[in-house]
Amino acid sequence: MHELSLVASVFDLLEDKAREHGGARVTAVVLKVGVLSGVVPDLLESAFEAYKKGTLAESARLEIAAVPVRLRCPDCGGDTVREDADFSCAACGSRRVEIVEGRELVVERIELET
Amino acid sequence: MSTRTIRVQADLLATNKRAAAAIREELRGRGILGVNLLSSPGSGKTTLLESLADRFKGRHTMAVIEGDIETERDAERIRRKGVPAWQITTGGACHLEARMVGRVLGQVPADIDFLFIENVGNLVCPASYDLGEEVRCVLLSSPEGDDKPAKYPQAFLSADALVLTKTDLVPYLPFDPGRAAAEALAIKPSLRVFAVSALRGEGVDDLAAWFIEGLERLRSGRA
Repeated sequence: MHELSLVASVFDLLEDKAREHGGARVTAVVLKVGVLSGVVPDLLESAFEAYKKGTLAESARLEIAAVPVRLRCPDCGGDTVREDADFSCAACGSRRVEIVEGRELVVERIELET
Repeated sequence: MSTRTIRVQADLLATNKRAAAAIREELRGRGILGVNLLSSPGSGKTTLLESLADRFKGRHTMAVIEGDIETERDAERIRRKGVPAWQITTGGACHLEARMVGRVLGQVPADIDFLFIENVGNLVCPASYDLGEEVRCVLLSSPEGDDKPAKYPQAFLSADALVLTKTDLVPYLPFDPGRAAAEALAIKPSLRVFAVSALRGEGVDDLAAWFIEGLERLRSGRA
């Protein structure tokens, strides 16, 4: 439930990038949100819609790319992508897996009108 | 007018991660073991800290940073044990962030052994915020039910230890400590599991001993 404060950081970043690249308006924002990031995409979207009014991203569309959990197994070297909360290697069943993706909360790219 | 796509690849938690790294470095430099306590509201974080204060008294020194949405009550409880405590009231925020802890850090005595940070009672949001701690403990009290690890995997995944609390109530509840531990271990096999009744003082010695081991590791540079 801290989506609004995360969206506030997104907008800080948008302003920085617009200044850096001489852009006037942001038309799209693409976020990568790991399923283990603790963030709910729907809430992020509502927060974004509420926040954008009167900003340089007033008409921007938000795209959220959900990132599933990807596990690397140190026992067999296997690579597993999980949609559920089963943190085990699909190849050998080991639970000593390392989580290599699924925690990210990243502004991937933006579209800027210059 | 033209539209350009700009690759940003900026981590939204980068500011917190930087602040946490600075805290971790400072605590390590001072030889203080930082411990972040996570749990739902009412799982017994403050009572556990009171019990640890009794255990450490005369042998080890500790300080506590309390995170709550409102009131100074938890810090007052800790101070009554003769332990320095600072209350961070987040005014509605659902978790502590590293810079909130960083603001208090300057007031924490330099020569203590343990700095406990009691996070805002919430099994979801605090899991995403590194506070610069060395050790993260997630508490699960018997009245909450043994199904919580599977329901809130992030908190258990991010922790180093699981502390099952209020074990004195287990005889009266459909709570199976074995099942709770097994569910948590299925998510994170390396979790250390402790079972305590802070009210009766049971199991607290084992947990205290584990913190002391962690402190010794930290001070010998093996952390």
